[in-house]
Amino acid sequence: MTATLPGAVGAPLARLEGPLKVTGAAKYAAEYPQDDVAYGWIVASPVPRGRLVDVITDPTDDAIAVLWHGNAPEIAATDDPELAVLQSERISYRGQPVALVVADTLEAARYAARTLRLEIEAEEHDASLRIDHPDLYTPEKVNPAFPAESVIGDPDQPGLVDVVYSTPALHNNPMEPHATIARWDGDQLTVFDSNQHPSGIAATLGQVFGVENVRVVTEHVGGGFGSKGTARPNAVLAALAARVTGRPVKLVVTRQQMFSIVGHRTPTIQRIRLGADPDGTMTVIDHQAYSQSSRLFEFAEQTAVSTRHMYAAPNRRTGHHLVRLDMPTPRWMRAPGEAPGMFALECAVDELATALGMDPIELRIRNEPAAEPESGTPFTSRHYVDCLRQGAERFGWADRDPRPRQRREGDWWIGTGVAGATYPTMAQPSTARVRALPGGGFEVAIGAADLGTGARTVLTQIAADELGVGVDRITIRIGDSTLPQASVAGGSSGSASWGWAVTGACRALRENGGDQAVFDTTELIAEQEKEGRHAFGAHFAEVRVDAVTGEVRVSRLFGMYAAGRILNPRTARSQFLGGMIMGMGMALHEEGVLDPAFGEWVNNDLAGYHIPAHADVEEIDAAWLDEHDDQINPMGSKGIGEIGIVGSPAAIVNAIWHATGIRVRDLPVRLDKLLGGLGL
Amino acid sequence: MKTFEYRAATGVDDGLEPGAMFLAGGTNLVDLMKLGIATPDVLVDVRGLVPDEITELPDGGLRIGAGVRNSDLAADPRVRTRYPALSEALLAGASGQLRNMATTGGNLLQRTRCRYFMDATKPCNKHTPGSGCPAREGDHRNLAILGGSPACIATHPSDMAVALAALDAVVETSARRIPLTELHRLPGDAPERDTVLDHGELITAVTLPALPMAATSGYRKARDRASYAFAVGSVAAALDVEDGVVRDVRLAWGAVAPKPWRARLAEEQLRGRPATREAFLAAADIELEDSRVLRDNAYKIGLMRNLTAWMLEKLAGVTR
Repeated sequence: MTATLPGAVGAPLARLEGPLKVTGAAKYAAEYPQDDVAYGWIVASPVPRGRLVDVITDPTDDAIAVLWHGNAPEIAATDDPELAVLQSERISYRGQPVALVVADTLEAARYAARTLRLEIEAEEHDASLRIDHPDLYTPEKVNPAFPAESVIGDPDQPGLVDVVYSTPALHNNPMEPHATIARWDGDQLTVFDSNQHPSGIAATLGQVFGVENVRVVTEHVGGGFGSKGTARPNAVLAALAARVTGRPVKLVVTRQQMFSIVGHRTPTIQRIRLGADPDGTMTVIDHQAYSQSSRLFEFAEQTAVSTRHMYAAPNRRTGHHLVRLDMPTPRWMRAPGEAPGMFALECAVDELATALGMDPIELRIRNEPAAEPESGTPFTSRHYVDCLRQGAERFGWADRDPRPRQRREGDWWIGTGVAGATYPTMAQPSTARVRALPGGGFEVAIGAADLGTGARTVLTQIAADELGVGVDRITIRIGDSTLPQASVAGGSSGSASWGWAVTGACRALRENGGDQAVFDTTELIAEQEKEGRHAFGAHFAEVRVDAVTGEVRVSRLFGMYAAGRILNPRTARSQFLGGMIMGMGMALHEEGVLDPAFGEWVNNDLAGYHIPAHADVEEIDAAWLDEHDDQINPMGSKGIGEIGIVGSPAAIVNAIWHATGIRVRDLPVRLDKLLGGLGL
Repeated sequence: MKTFEYRAATGVDDGLEPGAMFLAGGTNLVDLMKLGIATPDVLVDVRGLVPDEITELPDGGLRIGAGVRNSDLAADPRVRTRYPALSEALLAGASGQLRNMATTGGNLLQRTRCRYFMDATKPCNKHTPGSGCPAREGDHRNLAILGGSPACIATHPSDMAVALAALDAVVETSARRIPLTELHRLPGDAPERDTVLDHGELITAVTLPALPMAATSGYRKARDRASYAFAVGSVAAALDVEDGVVRDVRLAWGAVAPKPWRARLAEEQLRGRPATREAFLAAADIELEDSRVLRDNAYKIGLMRNLTAWMLEKLAGVTR
């Protein structure tokens, strides 16, 4: 390239839509005014298993329509049975949408939903994941298409560490709830929807309703974490109701309903066995993961897959065990698989270091593999050891007393912990279009979604550099399915996938001239090797534990990453910190509290389901190595959206052990799990 | 659909028709209406009616108008110097936004956040008398160890009320004066009634008597995150120590009982005893003797022992 201006990529450009957001001008899905709009309200099943026999409505209610399987129009099935809403009498979980009320006002719809009577034949249900559940089985594949098992050598050798960890159900709570406004104009369906994949949602709705002409508008999204990666029941219900009533229908999922119908992180139970020679060379790694899915759909989380990539050991095994319960279907939640899996692995490595009397950083470095430990594929780049060493230097690890429960200041027990981080580097086929505008500007268009992470901004930077102009000459258009097809904002692959397409289109325009260029990355991505591509990192935590109450505070949290080229340090830092804070929530706060008698997580609002408050976040920082990797995509970038939550929970839990001498193996680490072991 | 009338209250003694409720800051009642737990036919807004000032009493105490905002009460210099436990309790509760809306009277009358009470689709003897209490078998990690009944083990969620209970506060209503510790009732077999107030009886003020030892008072709250969370255990105390001996003490606990729990057994035990950790722990143990724990809330016993000892040691100036 012969850019004449200083590169935009790598500059800390503020989010382009920031002023719109802070002034309230940015429109979210439920904020598009529609003439004659009607409001939908989901009626959720009050039982976890059974048959919906009848729905009896109160004729004095103001409902325009009450849809249920007894009267709802037939829609086509897709590969997601959750979208076959109001099509069957079968109830598969408590909270499942079993009817939809449509009314002139939100209040009328809500009231009618509460007062209608559901005639249900309830059946016995089973809501609890257990490591000895008789219905556990090994799925064919785990997400998205990994083998469920892997074995190398003789993993049945004795280990030094043989421990069981558990993580609770965790719930996606983006600030903006799932919301849809649907409108039919003849056979054309327009949907304003909060999601991570406008192109994909449009294709799915087209399939569900058997129509060609679907437009999904997703201009701004208030977070998703994976729960908006595919169409959710709200999109189908709104479109169904709009078709039946002939009016635009707005449907916003309530916070309480989100806990059941948008997809959560499965609870896990994980058994880990680690063996090592006295010098710390690992001999055995065995990671068995137990998780659940619903009766509707096999969602098999890849909990143990990251263990296949982290450490060298001649004897190794990973396995996944799934049980189908009368519970909601789990789905993706920020670093699905990696977040719970690396919590267990990285805590177990800490326990191994203790058993060996080794520094946990040195133990990790001792077991650094030369290539992918299972496949033998070389890494395109791997700077895990550098992250550990440089992170240790910046964090101040050198003088650490390895013994637990040594440092006390006033009422506080103080300790530090470390854990590794990794996340796969992926890209998915996308198409971008660039047009030269009169006056020297350019319009770059791609059907991507910006979840608030800065995608719009980063794509503008990429386009500016490729076209050799300043960012002010670029007009970026995203968030609309009628734009060129883009992949999901998921798997930390948005910037790589869309940036690649934008790069290709801009280069084509420069090289070929003309007014317009379109670039599709499908073939290039198909040719790529998929193994050996990961970002790495190391998390460091200092915690203090109150000897009086057992309350934990994270005094310092630090992430050191090697994640390819950082396209925008400002938005990247925000992503890293956000992931780390979510990791803090996973370690200390977040838990779907199951009442098995109801088959429901009973703390289903943000008063009961705690995420970190501002006061929980004290000193937090992220830094990164200047990593160059020319094998992954034209920008040399790796995904950064999820790695912050991978390992950060383990760093905190390991620090709690160092502070107190107490190993808590089931998350979250709340005060009641520590208090008994602290004394006053 | 369900509608309700809204009107401004006109007189303290006007009472309420059946189906009507008073509305003050609305920080709890409006939520309960959205959830279908509270279904009033009429809301009578008392914000323009009840006093919203803090005034001096002739005996050196304070009268806090029922309409005084939590944020104003917490910031009042007289409260901060003469009754610091009250200010600390208020600031430990909710969020800045909520404290700006919530009133003194409303705070006292807020309802439990027991998860079964907050869900109209589940049984709960408090919201649907006779329907049962699933919390005993289900989620009760943050429910009562003292004062509960087979019908209900809900905890009262207020921080402010715990401090007021310790400080001998008296509630003034349209009809009478009630010691704060007698405002809330234990559930027994009628958990649907949180307080002794009659329908239409309006809290107009809370008075704090002159209590010189309250200048040496404090509030401490343990919770599941650093802010914006209800207590899992809390303690309010005032202490008067002379020559290492406890002359007088006030002690109340939060998040352990269906009401702010004045720990009178512990107080009696402590008067005249040395101000030592051992004595403080022994006093807490006496108060806890009647506790009834379930599968997941036994930790509260250790927590309350520690919190109590910590607070009394702090107030006594015992070096830890």
